Amino acid sequence: MKRLFKGGRVVDPANGIDGVHDVLIDGDRIAAIGRDLPVDGAAVVEIPHGLVVCPGFIDMHVHLREPGQEHKETVASGAAAAVAGGFTAVACMPNTIPVNDDANVTTYILAKAAEAGLARVYPIGAVSRGSKGALLADIAELKQAGCVAITDDGHPVATALLLRRAMEYAGMFGMPVIEHCEDPSLRGDGVAHEGYHAAMLGLRGMPGACEALGVERGILLSELTGSAFHVAHMSARASLRAVRKGKEAGIRVTCEVAPHHFTLTDESLASPIPYDTNMKMNPPLREAADRDAMLAGIADGSVDAIATDHAPHHYDEKKVEFDRAPFGIVGLETAVPLSLDRLVHAGLIRLPRLVELLSVNPARILGVRGGSLSPGAPADVTIVAPDLHVRIEASRLRSRSRNTPFDGWQLQGGVAATIVGGRPVFINSDAGLAV
Amino acid sequence: MSAPVITHVDETPAVTSLRRKDLLGIADLAPDEISLILDTAEAMKEIGSRPIKKVPALRGKTVVNLFFEPSTRTRTSFEIAEKRLSADTLNIASASSSVVKGETLADTALNLEAMQPDMIVLRHPSSGACHLLSRICRSAIINAGDGMHEHPTQALLDAFTIRERKKRLAGLKVAIIGDLLHSRVLRSNIHLLTKMGADVWVCGPPTLFPTDITRCGVRATSAIEEAVADADVIMLLRIQLERMEGAFLPSLREYFNVCGMTEARLRRAKPDVIIMHPGPMNRGVEIASEVADGPYSVILDQVANGVAVRMGVLYLLAGGVEHETAV
Repeated sequence: MKRLFKGGRVVDPANGIDGVHDVLIDGDRIAAIGRDLPVDGAAVVEIPHGLVVCPGFIDMHVHLREPGQEHKETVASGAAAAVAGGFTAVACMPNTIPVNDDANVTTYILAKAAEAGLARVYPIGAVSRGSKGALLADIAELKQAGCVAITDDGHPVATALLLRRAMEYAGMFGMPVIEHCEDPSLRGDGVAHEGYHAAMLGLRGMPGACEALGVERGILLSELTGSAFHVAHMSARASLRAVRKGKEAGIRVTCEVAPHHFTLTDESLASPIPYDTNMKMNPPLREAADRDAMLAGIADGSVDAIATDHAPHHYDEKKVEFDRAPFGIVGLETAVPLSLDRLVHAGLIRLPRLVELLSVNPARILGVRGGSLSPGAPADVTIVAPDLHVRIEASRLRSRSRNTPFDGWQLQGGVAATIVGGRPVFINSDAGLAV
Repeated sequence: MSAPVITHVDETPAVTSLRRKDLLGIADLAPDEISLILDTAEAMKEIGSRPIKKVPALRGKTVVNLFFEPSTRTRTSFEIAEKRLSADTLNIASASSSVVKGETLADTALNLEAMQPDMIVLRHPSSGACHLLSRICRSAIINAGDGMHEHPTQALLDAFTIRERKKRLAGLKVAIIGDLLHSRVLRSNIHLLTKMGADVWVCGPPTLFPTDITRCGVRATSAIEEAVADADVIMLLRIQLERMEGAFLPSLREYFNVCGMTEARLRRAKPDVIIMHPGPMNRGVEIASEVADGPYSVILDQVANGVAVRMGVLYLLAGGVEHETAV
């Protein structure tokens, strides 16, 4: 069937478009984009004033927990959370049980994703068998089964040698290596950012240098191997400095920042709720200078992508002593409101730059389709409502887990609709759109 | 029920009750609340000097001492304080609790709560464990030491001891020397002493400094001579014997040479300096035996005062519980 999105602002930076256009979808493809396209038998969807049609958002860093930890999240519940959060596609990390170090696991995840029929799911395979850091996983088989990148996320690749080999080997297939950057010896048993607040609360710290050492290692090895290196969930200003220098030197390094790292600081460890385990993630909430550096990197183009590091945990697992709680928070359903509120309405960036961060660049880094509304591209569309006032309610999240630090937050900016392969898979009834 | 008579009159406290259900840390307390606890403790200390050391203030109240870390001094001190106030007390140590069966702290607490205690005194290796209990329990929670965070009754008994000797806290130079990083005693004392106007110096090797510690209004130095110079109070903190792991210290011998409190170093302090230590002491590591046993030492006074201060805290918080349940 054909659908004509009529009269809305369209932001498609890949094609240099920012203005009122019509977008025609034919089946699962974008058919045309232009002013006053003929209706020609298509179902017309009037885009109300204030809504913006964008290429589908891609969250390149989520944990879907299936197989193995379905009490936290499943591929289906994660995909439901994704589309409710405006993401038409997600890339899921391999630290499932078993680890996605085997084509059978990849195939299983893709089957679950197809069954759910919501967001596209791009599995990311492990660098090493069991992510144990000793032997390379069967990377070619992972690629053939559908993996788009490799990582040992959850922790860094164990040795510089293994990371080097992984880059060389994956480079053969044009797959990027995504790295959880961290020096394990410097991290020790840290549970929070090493700063004043952790010091006063008596929480063991991990300094920003711990992350930056991992970033520097990866950049040096990317230079050595010529392969693409992507820094996951960057949080420290020293890491950003390293990425900037690497890019200036022409090294193939890219990076992502999570909304909590451009929104919160380590002050949240102390208030409003002291020792709130929903403020515990790795990398940790850092000090204001780091948060401000992430904002600056987003504004000046040094940061390539916004990714959530969506990490669902059951409430039982979080209702424990701070140092015993697992790291991580959910992020799929709060990323777009936080980005619009904290980046766009704060005057830091304009919408086209946000679409680059959420769509164009993730597609480019992972080498997947999407990221544009070019004719022939998959009809993956996110319609945002930048002025909609939303209230985050943990109890209403689609995710199976509720571990968000943003419960009760009022933000300006939301998602109006999410369309995957031409099918509307999420409509926000508050946004005034009738699809 | 007979309320203890407040005998300390030169500083009338601005408040007559604590504005809280729990004692989680000194960080939350206002100066007038600290003064109230110290004044109440003075009245309590008198009870300890009577031939019959018991008042009925907490009769019919149940207090659970829930200790997840080994402790002799603090647990005994709380238990004596509770008994002198006629509370029904119950001691649970981690080895005998359900924790070894995998029960969470929250579940342990909720199960205890179901038996309607009035107060839970918690000692736990995790910083913030008391905050977790405070959020889920109706009972008053008293922090008897949580990880590296706070040990509020220790700081209160330290302040009580200083005030007993010096008649004031404001304007005193207090030097706190030792393993600053891992010490909950340090954090509680910094909060208390800075709130009460003391001039606080902290001293130790840089490997044992908490990050940005000077932001909370103290002066930091690694030169012990500077910390000790003209000090009114010197407080030594325990050096854990395993600190060579993690490369915090090369050796205990070297620590003693660099930061140990010796008689020679003591001479730089004021002539009427007092020496304090929260215990347990490592003689010949953070403190020379001659200093620990010498004329300036008030270390055993601290232990004695611990009972009075804890009686004061229990008494004041029990009043709070009555008030809450009446609402």
